Amino acid sequence: MKTVREKTWINYYFKSTSGIVGLFLVSVMITLSIVSAFSLAPIDPLEQNPISALQGPNSTYWFGTDQFGRDIFSRSIDGMRRSLSVAILSVSIAALVGVFLGVIGGLFGGWIDNIVVRSSDVIFAFPAILLALAIVNSLGNSWIDTSIAIAIVYTPIFIRVARGPVLTVKEMDYVKSVRVLGFSTPRILIRHLMPNVFAPIVVQIALSLSWAILTESGLSFLGLGTQPPDASLGLMVSEAQPLAAFAWWALAFPSIFITVVVVGLNLVGDGLRDALDPARRSSG
Amino acid sequence: MNKLLEISNLSVVIAEDERVLVNDVSFAIEPGEAVGVVGESGSGKTLSALSILGLLARGLKIGSGEVKFQGDNLIQASDETLRKIRGNEIAMIYQDPMTALNPVMKLGDQLLEVLNSHENSIAKPREHVLEGLAAVGIPDPKRAFESYPHEFSGGMRQRVMIAMSLLLSPKLLIADEPTTALDVTIQRQILALVAKERRRRNMSMLWITHDLGVVANLVDRVIVMYAGRIVEVGTVKEIFNSPKHPYTVGLLASLPAADSSKDKLASIPGVPPKPWQVGDSCAFSPRCWKSEENCRSKRPELSDRSASAVACFFPEGSSR
Amino acid sequence: MRFFNRIATVLTTLFGISIFVFIVLRVIPGDTITSSLGIETGVLTPEQIQSLREYYGIDKPLIGQYLSWITSFLSGDLGFSYSTGAPVWELTKPALLVTTQLALFGTILGVMMGVAVGMFSARKPGSARDFAGQFFGLLALAIPGFVLSTTIVTVMANRFQYFPNGYEYMTPVEDLSMNLQQMLFPSLVLGIAVAAPVMRTTRSALLETVDKDFVRTAYGKGVKPRIVRLRHVLRNSLIPIVTMTGIQFGYLLGGAVIVEKIFALPGMGRQILDAINKREYATVQSSIMVFAILFVTINIVTDWVYRKVDPRIK
Repeated sequence: MKTVREKTWINYYFKSTSGIVGLFLVSVMITLSIVSAFSLAPIDPLEQNPISALQGPNSTYWFGTDQFGRDIFSRSIDGMRRSLSVAILSVSIAALVGVFLGVIGGLFGGWIDNIVVRSSDVIFAFPAILLALAIVNSLGNSWIDTSIAIAIVYTPIFIRVARGPVLTVKEMDYVKSVRVLGFSTPRILIRHLMPNVFAPIVVQIALSLSWAILTESGLSFLGLGTQPPDASLGLMVSEAQPLAAFAWWALAFPSIFITVVVVGLNLVGDGLRDALDPARRSSG
Repeated sequence: MNKLLEISNLSVVIAEDERVLVNDVSFAIEPGEAVGVVGESGSGKTLSALSILGLLARGLKIGSGEVKFQGDNLIQASDETLRKIRGNEIAMIYQDPMTALNPVMKLGDQLLEVLNSHENSIAKPREHVLEGLAAVGIPDPKRAFESYPHEFSGGMRQRVMIAMSLLLSPKLLIADEPTTALDVTIQRQILALVAKERRRRNMSMLWITHDLGVVANLVDRVIVMYAGRIVEVGTVKEIFNSPKHPYTVGLLASLPAADSSKDKLASIPGVPPKPWQVGDSCAFSPRCWKSEENCRSKRPELSDRSASAVACFFPEGSSR
Repeated sequence: MRFFNRIATVLTTLFGISIFVFIVLRVIPGDTITSSLGIETGVLTPEQIQSLREYYGIDKPLIGQYLSWITSFLSGDLGFSYSTGAPVWELTKPALLVTTQLALFGTILGVMMGVAVGMFSARKPGSARDFAGQFFGLLALAIPGFVLSTTIVTVMANRFQYFPNGYEYMTPVEDLSMNLQQMLFPSLVLGIAVAAPVMRTTRSALLETVDKDFVRTAYGKGVKPRIVRLRHVLRNSLIPIVTMTGIQFGYLLGGAVIVEKIFALPGMGRQILDAINKREYATVQSSIMVFAILFVTINIVTDWVYRKVDPRIK
């Protein structure tokens, strides 16, 4: 066998069209969010201008204005910033807690594992929106509360994703024999575990981010997330409902933003999955 | 001469990059004749067989050549024409009985499926199937009819497969190592069964195996393949009594003989090359005790494309 | 014996769920409940107020509260609604029927669409049609339900003047035609959401099965391609599809919240939403518990369907 310089998964990632497209879309959204975060948007998202109300997209107001004369473009990128912030925070928490619990459960087995699995089953028993709803109801509306709610909802999947490989590695003959020889458990497991666990977790992060954005916008659509007059994509869609017949832009642009970022994240997830899969074959 | 099956210059390649797996294979089968194809895994024997009915896996394709069945080139035939021949005039049985049957369908239904897929004049299909099952030695055909594959052992499933293949009395039966996955006693039973059916129906047969010993009492002629090419062709007698190609000699030597007192089996040292890696040389030369300069720089062709031939510069029985 | 194991697991999970619901919804200090009980109980009779006290286990320590609630719940007392004075169970029953009907229709539509597109895509993997199928699947996933619903409402009500959901909701018994019309769009929206994961599952299951030996055997027998695809490939791909369907149906029960609101269907989702807004804790708590029980039941049913589909599973 001739030796070839080992390609890292990053090389493989860039071989997949969906991965590249996804990365591009997500980067665009992140950039726009950063623009908003530093208040670099041309027009203040909260600024009302009754005179300019309900204008279609034009050179001043790229996405048009809503009934209060607010610039929909600025509000959209501001809303994207909020959605992404909530998504990133919540998925980070869910991933950290979930992976930790999953690994602990898988490693130690026994009653610890039992508790971990049962608890995650309990949370799994609820549809995401419903649970997030209930938690937000108890905790509050702030973006941190929303993030915590969503984090709780999505922790079980990380538990599951992390636990699987741990169990498999534990059963590997190689690992068993090496343990008999007395090598310290942590060392073995880290060496064998990390590569196996890394791939599914990274892919799951991308997917969970997309779900988190859908859940967050769903919550704010229902009035349970960001409160007016702040901008949030879901809230904007809700506010656009009565206007949609004659001001399609108020509905269209926030919707497109949500769709684009979710599509992007899913494509990134697909790209990652193909790049990290040992079989290195795309599903098509 | 009305050959039943005539394969000419068949090559099978990997679809993506055209790497060759089966190279320039040609042989023919007469009506009523049984031919065995022998070779190691990777020799291309299975692929050649699958090509006949167009059953190559996704990712592989026929590179060039013709497969003529009763004069018609199957490679160029329409899908429907090919479909009508499959299971009907040419039937095939496969290596792994554990995976070759549909797990969620009753055996009886799978057998009836053959009859339902082709126009036939069988008046009572169910009876015909039950008779077929009995003929292959299934103890309780009625029960088997209503059973699922997982309820049976490998040997039994292979018998069912054989019954299934014979339902419409095909002119040619292709068997791809059907006994390899079974243990020795069952193997013998299956071989005896097939031999009996073949004689009874005067059916042509193409039997693929890696075990030369298996074909001794089963076929009329033997084709030996190595690294995707044919290296020797001959009658059973010729192959066993006066093998010409060094590889064939090696294969024979590695057979356990019933009366042998040796406790070690002779084997040919080394491994076969991948078919596409063989350039302009004899594929077997790295492992051949006779190999010379010539062997490594030129590829030996089959001495003639007829009944008895060998692809070697220094075949046994010649001056060297 | 396995059966009892299963029951035990289910019961443990339900038990865990009840504790979880209890905790989540009691993060509110107990005072809030007592105080609202004082202020907003206008419509309730003294007996009902007492029952509510039992339900909440007011003035008892936390564990007592939990036990109080669970016993009330299990004996059919799901609390009372402040605003209407009706027992929650009375409100829940019809709402449950609405949501179940919606979820059922949505799942059926979604599975039909998903399997069809999945089969379409899997026929020629890597081709243009495959790409198109997967692209639609991606869109179906990414476009939020509330966006789709809002768009449909806008277009239908304003452009086409057709909006059956603008009228009072009719149960199938009362007015079947109206009921079906009212279920049409919301089921479609939910169906599209379901179709996406079902399509993915179908496609990958089919692709995996198509390479299997027995499919080759079927072709080798001369079976007609359409029959091979249905009887051999699809039938053996069903298990993951059935799993996914079960999961989706469960999610629809909860995910229907938004669709129910937009299309004005008086289902469980809307009930919970309204209850949250009106701070009707009893309703919220009980409704969520009911949901969870339903979800778990669906999992059991899905399991049962497996056994029917695959004779190998004992």
